[in-house]
Amino acid sequence: MDSFAISLVNPFKSAVKIPSSIWTLLIGIVLTLICLWYGQNHGLLPTAASDEANFVDGLFNAMITVSLGIFLLVESVLIYSAFRYRRQAGDHEDGPHIEGNVPLEILWTIIPTIIVIGISVYSFEVYNEIGGFSVHGGHEMPMAHKPMEMKGAAMAATMLADIPTSNNDAPNTEVTPQTAEKPSELIVNVAALQYAWIFTYPDTEVSSGELHVPIGQELKLNLTASDVIHAFWVPEFRLKQDVIPGRETTLRFTPRKAGSYTVICAELCGPYHGVMRTQVIVESQADFDKWIQEQLVASTENLHQAVALNSTHLS
Amino acid sequence: MTSAQLQEVEHIPNHAESSSERHWRDYFGFSTDHKVIGLQYLVTSFVFYCIGGVMADLVRTELRTPDVDFVTPEVYNSLFTLHATIMIFLWIVPAGAGFANYLVPLMIGARDMAFPRLNAVAFWMIPPAGLLLISSLVVGDAPDAGWTSYPPLSLVTGEVGEAIWIISLLLLGTSSILGAINFLVTILKMRVPSMGIYQMPLFCWAMLSTSALILISTPVLAGALILLAFDLIAGTSFFNPTGGGDPVVYQHMFWFYSHPAVYIMILPFFGAISEIIPVHSRKPIFGYKAIAYSSLIISFLGLIVWAHHMFTSGIPGWLRMFFMITTMIIAVPTGIKIFSWLATMWGGKIRLNSPMLFAIGFVGTFVIGGISGVMLAAVPFDIHVHDTYFVVAHLHYVLFGGSVLGIFSAIYHWFPKMTGRKMNEFWGKVHFVLTIIGLNMTFLPMHKLGMMGMNRRIAQYDPKFTTLNEICTYGSYILAVSTLPFIINAIWSWLYGEKAGNNPWQGLTLEWQTTSPPAIENFDKLPVLSSGPYDYGMGKQANTETVLGETYPQIESSTV
Repeated sequence: MDSFAISLVNPFKSAVKIPSSIWTLLIGIVLTLICLWYGQNHGLLPTAASDEANFVDGLFNAMITVSLGIFLLVESVLIYSAFRYRRQAGDHEDGPHIEGNVPLEILWTIIPTIIVIGISVYSFEVYNEIGGFSVHGGHEMPMAHKPMEMKGAAMAATMLADIPTSNNDAPNTEVTPQTAEKPSELIVNVAALQYAWIFTYPDTEVSSGELHVPIGQELKLNLTASDVIHAFWVPEFRLKQDVIPGRETTLRFTPRKAGSYTVICAELCGPYHGVMRTQVIVESQADFDKWIQEQLVASTENLHQAVALNSTHLS
Repeated sequence: MTSAQLQEVEHIPNHAESSSERHWRDYFGFSTDHKVIGLQYLVTSFVFYCIGGVMADLVRTELRTPDVDFVTPEVYNSLFTLHATIMIFLWIVPAGAGFANYLVPLMIGARDMAFPRLNAVAFWMIPPAGLLLISSLVVGDAPDAGWTSYPPLSLVTGEVGEAIWIISLLLLGTSSILGAINFLVTILKMRVPSMGIYQMPLFCWAMLSTSALILISTPVLAGALILLAFDLIAGTSFFNPTGGGDPVVYQHMFWFYSHPAVYIMILPFFGAISEIIPVHSRKPIFGYKAIAYSSLIISFLGLIVWAHHMFTSGIPGWLRMFFMITTMIIAVPTGIKIFSWLATMWGGKIRLNSPMLFAIGFVGTFVIGGISGVMLAAVPFDIHVHDTYFVVAHLHYVLFGGSVLGIFSAIYHWFPKMTGRKMNEFWGKVHFVLTIIGLNMTFLPMHKLGMMGMNRRIAQYDPKFTTLNEICTYGSYILAVSTLPFIINAIWSWLYGEKAGNNPWQGLTLEWQTTSPPAIENFDKLPVLSSGPYDYGMGKQANTETVLGETYPQIESSTV
């Protein structure tokens, strides 16, 4: 105890007599400003490259703002108490006998309740925006089970307002880049296996170890696994979906920012789980069409290429 | 167990060992004394903590660089699988049971647990289960499908290792269930007559909630493991999709236990902190009933949040919303506890000694895990960070920043009661400072790693994450070093430490009203409460002499 003693002069005792309520108010304002600033400048998330990512980031920014406030409040009360209310040497008296304070306890029950309800409602909204509740197109292609849906982008209708979106209600509609100028969704079949991804474009039967997608095009991935559970994750899209053997899962999203991003397997799938990665390339419609044409030339070899590409990673 | 007779008799020892002196050999044998069993639990689990810690440092050493250059990927997977399994099932859960064993009978004025032999059986399942688990390394086929052991992966990696893992966990689960029955009956039935339920120390409330949770959830884990064993060994298809089984059903069953397991691991230390903070702040606990009931509420809500581990498994949207809301609500009773501890400290006369420093550290770091938990509950954000280092950071802030700091705080606090000697303060503070630095260095950067795109359970990662991973790895080395002053301090103080006296902290709960270490029978005569457990500041100087009343009613438990 004594070996650790730091003789701390309490700054609050010796300060000029400013009413404590004013200090509290000032500290509160400063903390709020810090939280608001940090909520917009935390730099903790990678580029937002899909429409969905912007919604998720908005939710995260709100949560980190509130969280930082709670964190600073708790830590400052904790550290302040530890120094301010340290037992003075030779003082063997007890502290005041205070067993509780019902209004205060009600307050710190209600405020967190309001905060978590607020976050829940906001999450609900965001989840709805990114298409978590959309019902259309949900029951196609059962394998052993009903497919489990993680539907993205219900806002496709608004993004592509000039296009009739009725084919959302007709699952499995053959929409090919050739027949429709701007199809409302591009379907890609994704096969996950230890330790590679194979992307097949059913319209053209092009297969590739990389995922190429046009900007602003709503995408529907049908994901299947042949061995163990994998998970499709692109951090820049903020979307993740488990790929489960014996059932088909789907993922919808709309890439918005050109670039090359990493597709990561997020569910432990074996010793080489860490190298089960590939690229998703978000490019213009013209580049995408060009790529498809290139692939069509040698489409039969692509599957082998995909596997071969991965085996070099393994070594 | 069958014939519990209640009869007034003269002081008759009801222990198997009737000798009045404790022999060192008792600690290595099948003792039925709850204090011996408590220490057996604590020492055994600490040994496993060291083993699990070495594994953690091996994992971190591999992750210091982006490439696989320290162990093979197969060994790496076994290391993190065993690390998690050991830390959960052989360190934190049994450490909680150890404190409960030692403290609950003393705190409620009982002479032992309700079922002393069952108690000993529960403990003696742990060392063989732990040795079995570690023996898988020697066999050369250690389990490597993660501590969650999701099929079908767990069915296609090494069969022997997976079978060992299942058997070991079944044993540990059974031990936990037996312990929970014992705590429940002891707390409800064996309190001294003068102790009503609201005079009960909060640690007992926490153990009541924990035990109820164990009894409800652990059998479901056993069910999942037995079905998994059938799939593994007998080739059935409960979870194996190649035969039409459903791997997601396993996830539901697994998390029905394994989420409550988080509360099983943290509630006992919520209870311990609720004991430690008032004693060293010299103030009554703030909001006794709110803290007591928040434990029960956490225990109940803990049962209906499991699927938040499965937000990317493809469960229906409405179900995700249900589990999101229940998960969010748990923050409220947890917040009540944190604010109550702060209010207990506020205005007190705080002794900044090792137990109190660790308690302050507990509150300060647990709150980070609590806040990131609320973030993870939000489905859209969870979809991004699920199975990433953000989750690794979150769970370590809860389990290390929470449970482990709670364990250390409790050890420093009750060490004088258990041994009759105080631990060295200087080295306790060195331990504290190193632990806090190491813990934050190791786990804080992981939040950013996860959000930026580093997934968990990987041996090789994107080179852009190298710097943050190096910080994490060096932090983990500091944590490893931080354990050394503690171990030396504990052993040295046990042998040569300053004599503590019966009540060195002037505590008011009953365990401080007997000798240190307590006599084999705990109390000579039935203690009578002269004050509530937290009546500080009422002019009642803590009495070092036991308030003695009548003799104990003799309870003979003939079968167990």
